[in-house]
Amino acid sequence: MNRIKDAFDKKQKNLLNVYFTAGYPSLHDTVPILQALSAAGADLIEIGMPFSDPLADGPVIQQSSTVALQNGMNLRVLFGQLAGIREQVPDTPILLMGYLNPVLQFGVENFCREAAAVGADGVILPDLPLDDYVAEYQPVFQQYNLRPVFLITPQTAPARIRRIDELTDSFLYLVSGPGTTGGASTQAEGVQEAYFQRIEAMQLRNPRLIGFGIGDKASFQKACQYAEGAIIGSAFIRALEGVDDAPAAASRFVASILS
Amino acid sequence: MTPTYQQPTERGYYGQFGGAFIPEMLYPNVEELRQQYLDILADPGFQQEYQLLLRDYVGRPTPLFEAKRLSEKYNTRVFLKREDLCHTGAHKVNNTVGQILLARRLGKTRIIAETGAGQHGVATATVCALMGMQCIVYMGEIDMERQKPNVYRMRLLGAEVRAAMSGSRTLKDATNEAIRDWISNPVDTHYIIGSVVGPHPYPDLVARLQSVISEEMRKQLLEKTGSELPQYVVACVGGGSNAAGAFYHFLEEPTVQLVAVEAAGHGIHSGHSAATSVLGKPGIIHGSRTLLMQDEDGQITEPYSLSAGLDYPGIGPLHAFLADSGRAHFISIEDEEALRAVAELSRLEGIIPALETAHALAALGQLGAGPDDVVVVNLSGRGDKDLETYIKYADSIM
Ligand SMILES: Cc1ncc(COP(=O)(O)O)c(C=O)c1O
Repeated sequence: MNRIKDAFDKKQKNLLNVYFTAGYPSLHDTVPILQALSAAGADLIEIGMPFSDPLADGPVIQQSSTVALQNGMNLRVLFGQLAGIREQVPDTPILLMGYLNPVLQFGVENFCREAAAVGADGVILPDLPLDDYVAEYQPVFQQYNLRPVFLITPQTAPARIRRIDELTDSFLYLVSGPGTTGGASTQAEGVQEAYFQRIEAMQLRNPRLIGFGIGDKASFQKACQYAEGAIIGSAFIRALEGVDDAPAAASRFVASILS
Repeated sequence: MTPTYQQPTERGYYGQFGGAFIPEMLYPNVEELRQQYLDILADPGFQQEYQLLLRDYVGRPTPLFEAKRLSEKYNTRVFLKREDLCHTGAHKVNNTVGQILLARRLGKTRIIAETGAGQHGVATATVCALMGMQCIVYMGEIDMERQKPNVYRMRLLGAEVRAAMSGSRTLKDATNEAIRDWISNPVDTHYIIGSVVGPHPYPDLVARLQSVISEEMRKQLLEKTGSELPQYVVACVGGGSNAAGAFYHFLEEPTVQLVAVEAAGHGIHSGHSAATSVLGKPGIIHGSRTLLMQDEDGQITEPYSLSAGLDYPGIGPLHAFLADSGRAHFISIEDEEALRAVAELSRLEGIIPALETAHALAALGQLGAGPDDVVVVNLSGRGDKDLETYIKYADSIM
């Protein structure tokens, strides 16, 4: 079974991948938000595993991570919440995104086993170096049928992009420009397009999703011109801030992008 | 290349510690640095410029001073390596002079740095002024308050000081913000890390640039004691750069006892401490696998020390290896003990040390050194920046 591949086979373009932080805004919102996103039409879902010091994240996800940790979120709680999720959300690919240290303390093998048991499909750990993945973790990821997703940036050299493509069997995460999550693009007109087109021209094996700084319908549609789809994180977290009914806010948010 | 204490493996490991756990956004910069730093450091043109600046700008060699009254008090021979006499008042400038020359060779025009006590920020702002480069320093909001004079010094030198508002608003958080800045400015910017921390090659790069401290010590000891080798070398450890520099040329000399002094804050097990070698477990912070204060879920815990320069939940991977292998002996000193050591050095030798440095001095009574032993304490910085703290705690100090 490969839900990620199925999702890209089914829809080929304009795929929407939504990120949210587990345990935010309140501890038990994780599953209701997940269900609402899936029901509203999100094509893939990334569940953020909160970390105290998220280096690649901007203020919005930093803040949601802090709140989630204060709410008592950790990997044990998260896997408990996700147990049985595949009965309610059978098809939407679920990716776990976070930082390496909590995974190391949980134990990489334990983590992979639990992730597979709840029906997660992929893992995104931005601070897991490619070489370390290959040298130490690839066999256990493969044993549990978990697909890693690696980031590509405007500075990633072509040979390295090829290598990342080789090691990937899911999708490539194209970081839209220099910056942390949620940052607005500060690039000169045309620079970003040239980068996306350069990647497109490489004819890579894996589909591409563009992330970082995508936040509304216009930026989503623009990104979809250059890739199979796009990833929205910070803008969705912002839409959850201070709402009473998080699942309803999630449905509204997805509708605002896809309508 | 077999790894030694001095030389990590090609991928930056000292034993199980080190490596480069960085997001892809940082990979091109860190990889460029990794591929070039050894060649640049070995380049005769670089060395000529670096040595000239160390001599004429920093004021090296710094004296090795035999502290007679302190020696009498502890009944051993105490020498002080006077890094406090470096331009800008601490050892930090040895590193920034080297890194600014390296940044120029890499074609970078914008410099960022993190700072805790503000000494590294001042040392970075200083060399940026010297070279006419743009300088942005990240500093925890709490540290900006407790090391105010250094904030003004940085601004006077033309640097922009940006407050880090997240977490405990101290050194760890300033480092997070500096790394995020580098992620956002990957092309024109060089990150001058202030200690032997961060992803490979930084720990080795900074250790090499600070190693001039122990290089000079050996020559000076030979002159003053007839032997290049002391019995003890003592240094405080925040991230560990002054200790790395003081230990470097003694690492492979097993008769020399290396003593690393951490901050115990209110007490090692008080919940308000920065004694990483005792409280830490292997984990990843700022791109390096090292000993790290963290909870059972792998979340980094907030450290505490009255001293802004030691208030860090990790230590450099070299020091994690020195602790793990037993090559160095680790001691922790509480706030109060450090404050008493400030008064002691001030009254006995007429030298007001930095609060960080005072932790190393406070360890003198715990070494078990005999009357014929030679003890070198690395006097990493002067106390001007801490005057406000010393005034506040005048009762416990005097
Ligand atoms: C005078 C002085 N000593 C020591 C330190 C601690 O840093 P490190 O452990 O890298 O030497 C600092 C840091 O700010 C400092 O200012």
